[in-house]
Amino acid sequence: MPEHLLSPGHTACAGCGQSLAARLVLDAAGPNTIIVNNTGCLEVFSTTYPDTAWEVPFIHSLFENAAAVASGVEAALRQSGKLAEVRVISQAGDGGTADIGLQALSGMWERGHDILSVCYDNEAYMNTGIQRSGLTPTYTSTSTSPAGQSSTGNPRPKKNIVEIAVAHGIPYVATASAGFPLDLQKKVKKAMAIRGPKFLHVHVPCPLGWRHEPEQTYQIARLAVETGLFPMIEFENGKISGRYLIVKPKPVEDYLKPQGRFRHLFKPAAEAALKEIQELANRNIERYGLLKTAGS
Amino acid sequence: MLRVNGLRIKITAEPGSARNNKTGSWRVERRPEFRQKDCIACRLCILVCPEGIVAGKEKNSFKTDYLYCKGCGLCAAVCPKKDIEMVAEETESEK
Ligand SMILES: Cc1ncc(C[n+]2csc(CCOP(=O)(O)OP(=O)(O)O)c2C)c(N)n1
Ligand code: SF4
Ligand code: SF4
Ligand code: SF4
Ligand SMILES: [Mg+2]
Repeated sequence: MPEHLLSPGHTACAGCGQSLAARLVLDAAGPNTIIVNNTGCLEVFSTTYPDTAWEVPFIHSLFENAAAVASGVEAALRQSGKLAEVRVISQAGDGGTADIGLQALSGMWERGHDILSVCYDNEAYMNTGIQRSGLTPTYTSTSTSPAGQSSTGNPRPKKNIVEIAVAHGIPYVATASAGFPLDLQKKVKKAMAIRGPKFLHVHVPCPLGWRHEPEQTYQIARLAVETGLFPMIEFENGKISGRYLIVKPKPVEDYLKPQGRFRHLFKPAAEAALKEIQELANRNIERYGLLKTAGS
Repeated sequence: MLRVNGLRIKITAEPGSARNNKTGSWRVERRPEFRQKDCIACRLCILVCPEGIVAGKEKNSFKTDYLYCKGCGLCAAVCPKKDIEMVAEETESEK
């Protein structure tokens, strides 16, 4: 058996956070896994015709329907008595998860299928040229929310897809990051040991769309967590059960500055926007209890 | 193989056949050099390599596969001992 279940030779950009996270997820899930993928960078760069980078069965149908296809795969495995050994992952980008694929995903969670859904969140529709999605953070410059003289970037807030998942009453929901590889793999193993619907929301820097150097992917992913902008949390049966505690939160500027998509925020005119982003990080820290105190 | 109007169309693929695509040719400016001097075998370079091509077990045994390495520099950026260095890419024939 090969050492990794996602082979080299895929065509992701150098330093792609999604490609490293997807390999970590599948390696943790193991070889008895069937993957169903929405359309997006991950599907495109791993299956350039006539080859595939996957060492396990992999199915792609449409941008919006991986959760529906995965539901059918799971039902067939259940019917043939194979669900004890063979597990199903339904995976997508942020657009595929929180926007166009949300209906199918919600149905899959609601029907209670024994499937792990993974969202690789690079905070825009990267495969088609960096259009903003429902998970693009406020004030991000994208090709459909460009910053300029009369705009400070995306005017809308990032959808709280984690709490949307929790609201479905599913047994396990967690966030993870390409900057914390072992934590990510631990959460996949934990999720796979639970029967029923599971959701893992993984923050994955995209050097192309975020406009940073490829070697900064790991560091930028960590800064998102260490500033409080991307809370690393776990929910079991609706209650928060795990959190990555921050000793001294870093200022949001540390995270924003190396990224071209936020460059416009460092002009005097954008001072208020920058302040709002800091307030958002503070609210996250408060809401999820992320601060490490003497007793925690 | 699917046959449509006499055409043979390949609709399945061998697992991991993307290995046919040698992405090492993407490297233009720099490549990682594993110094194998101060390595503590923390495995972080294995975990973060987006191509999954860094291998090694014992201290100072870690290396990459230049056939596929895209030269992204992540392994060098994360190494806690600075035991991986990005160096200028050599000539075409050495790749
Ligand atoms: C119904 C439909 N609309 C639009 C597209 C074009 N399309 C392909 S991938 C993609 C973006 C995917 O974005 P996301 O899910 O965030 O994944 P990413 O590429 O960012 O990893 C779009 C718009 C499509 N394939 N199908
Ligand atoms: S555009 Fe972004 S997500 Fe897509 S392959 Fe490149 S780095 Fe990865
Ligand atoms: S430079 Fe990038 S692709 Fe090459 S071995 Fe290091 S992490 Fe892997
Ligand atoms: S990251 Fe550095 S110290 Fe750790 S295993 Fe790799 S080469 Fe060795
Ligand atoms: Mg995306």
